[in-house]
Amino acid sequence: MIKDIASFITGSARIAFKGNTTFYAWIAFLGLVCLWGLAAWWNQFQHGLITTNMRDQVSWAFYIGNFTFLVGVAAAAVMLVIPAYIYDWKPIKEIAIFGELLAVSAIVMSMLFVFVDVGRPDRVWQLMPIIGTPNLPSSLLGWDVMVLNGYLVLNLLIVLHLLYTGFHRRPYNRRFVVPLLLFSIPAAVGIHTVTAFVYAGTAARPFWNSAILAPRFLASAFCSGPAILLILFQILQRTTSIKIKDEAIWKIAELMAYAMFLNLFLFGAEIFREYYSNTHHLIHTQYLYSGVHGHDALVPYAWASLICSVVAFLLFLIPATRKNLVTLNLGCVLIFAGVYIEKGMALVIPGMTPDTLGEFYEYVPTLSEVRVGAGIFAVGFLIFTLLCKMAIPILQDAASGEST
Amino acid sequence: MSERTLDRRTLMISAGLSTMAGISAAASGKSAGWVERLLKRRFVELSDERREEILAEIEETCRKKYGRDDITVSDTRALDGVEFAYGLDLSRCVGCRRCVYACVHENNQSRDPQIHWIRVLEMKKDHGIDFAESDIYYDPEEVPEPESFYLPVACQQCRNPACVKVCPVKATWQEADGIVVIDPDWCLGCRCCMSACPYGARHFNWTDPTIAAEEINPDTHVFGNLPRPKGVVEKCTFCIHRTRKGRYPACVEICPVGARKFGNLLDEDGEMRYLMREKRVFVLKEELNTKPRFYYFFAT
Repeated sequence: MIKDIASFITGSARIAFKGNTTFYAWIAFLGLVCLWGLAAWWNQFQHGLITTNMRDQVSWAFYIGNFTFLVGVAAAAVMLVIPAYIYDWKPIKEIAIFGELLAVSAIVMSMLFVFVDVGRPDRVWQLMPIIGTPNLPSSLLGWDVMVLNGYLVLNLLIVLHLLYTGFHRRPYNRRFVVPLLLFSIPAAVGIHTVTAFVYAGTAARPFWNSAILAPRFLASAFCSGPAILLILFQILQRTTSIKIKDEAIWKIAELMAYAMFLNLFLFGAEIFREYYSNTHHLIHTQYLYSGVHGHDALVPYAWASLICSVVAFLLFLIPATRKNLVTLNLGCVLIFAGVYIEKGMALVIPGMTPDTLGEFYEYVPTLSEVRVGAGIFAVGFLIFTLLCKMAIPILQDAASGEST
Repeated sequence: MSERTLDRRTLMISAGLSTMAGISAAASGKSAGWVERLLKRRFVELSDERREEILAEIEETCRKKYGRDDITVSDTRALDGVEFAYGLDLSRCVGCRRCVYACVHENNQSRDPQIHWIRVLEMKKDHGIDFAESDIYYDPEEVPEPESFYLPVACQQCRNPACVKVCPVKATWQEADGIVVIDPDWCLGCRCCMSACPYGARHFNWTDPTIAAEEINPDTHVFGNLPRPKGVVEKCTFCIHRTRKGRYPACVEICPVGARKFGNLLDEDGEMRYLMREKRVFVLKEELNTKPRFYYFFAT
């Protein structure tokens, strides 16, 4: 047993780090971005969060926006697990593991974004049960830490079991993996709901204090994560012998179109309520879409996000454009960009602009914040790349085993 | 090796951990490092003896840091039968901001970058109270301006504080006399409380606060005006170090027009009860159900 584990670790490390020049160039690039971000974070650690452009008026911004977006990406797995295991649809079943790998990477990134956002990173242990003092059940951030850690452990268990059995060319234990996969569906809904409640429970911020915030989170999340996977699947189709059927890609794109429709519908419902009732609370939405008193830093991003989302929805809805590789990939990029802006900047910042006493402080991230953010994304992509590298030969073996 | 040398807030959770702490402390000779941190407990959970020891240590550190032997650190507790409340007469306030700066000095707020626990909003008379139309950066030659009135805002010491509810690590709570305090030694700096506060009362130390040694107010309370480190949140505590010893908050004393009132709500004959009987008071953002202990009124 111990020997098996040891050979798994050394063997998969060998697989993960062996590749062609393009692979090494990609790893080197990510490594450099990591270092670039780490240097910025070190400076932030020394001087405090004053290296960011957050201030008392806008006290959460780029970092927390990215955190929110990445919790959404972590739902990608569900979009594969549901058709694969609930509807037993074989073309997706074979590749569902990539959703889990993305979930693991995205959760690590989202946790890192919380870590760089706190003023006292040396005290994060206080969030943990037993050794710390988590303020449960009343603090939503307290709950969020619990469910995110739980979701990470859950996905790690699934991934490690699949990789481990695959490495030793044994069939995976269905009675272990399938229940965990099924449980990951409500768990994914759970992490989104709790993250949305962190905002939605804040009565002081009317822009967030909405009952449809959690459903909106879920709808947009079901688009953003799969967008990354669709691009990955095409790379795998070209560079490996893993058989990824086109139907699988088209089916995922179709599901994304439905999710995006729901997202746009909920968005419209929110917009109607805001503009028709036209209360004081409208000012946050106005700040986002038209600017107020000349404060309009977010306006181009807000409209870009909306246009990206609508165009991507149409591209994925129409079967001809969904099945055309060019328009499919364009749609993926547009969805990713649209949701990134929507969850990253357009949710957190207008919620705090103007602040609770009516002051306008226009936030734009500093280079330092962007560097730290880029560093965290590089860490995530590094994890995702290495995990994919480990998974590919296992799936290739399975594919060649079937064909002979 | 005594407990004291191990850590200022240590509690032995288990034999295993204490052994590790011992090994680590023995190896380093002085401090137990990360193990020490994991064994740390919140100040309010400690015994009176332990609290005394810690206060002495904080006092020592603080005296050294500012080179001032007169700094004292207390943890004066809430008195029985006391519930503090505040009254502010908007018809008298002239917007001079003396309260803002008296508070900065009294409570050791950072001078660079500036932190102000009290913020005075200039409102237009023809709009009435309207935060969207207010301005905190008003800077005329002379106040009050004829078209304006002024509304100072600080922590409203809510009975139903949104900030306390959201804190993920129990670093902020409401004391028996109604004062909402923050333990600066436990605050994570996640700023959930700042998102939750409807009054912008909470302020973050975005970097190391700077205060000249000669400007330090040496009479400090561990949850009040004790100088804070970077990366934690701070706010008004009704001058906890003064009011629990029967004094008025600094802002009440400095106000040149007597717009500020303060007292014990449980005292039927007290200033606050009189005020609430004789005047008509209101609170800010009553629809949020925060139930502030900070009452505004127009006396004339």
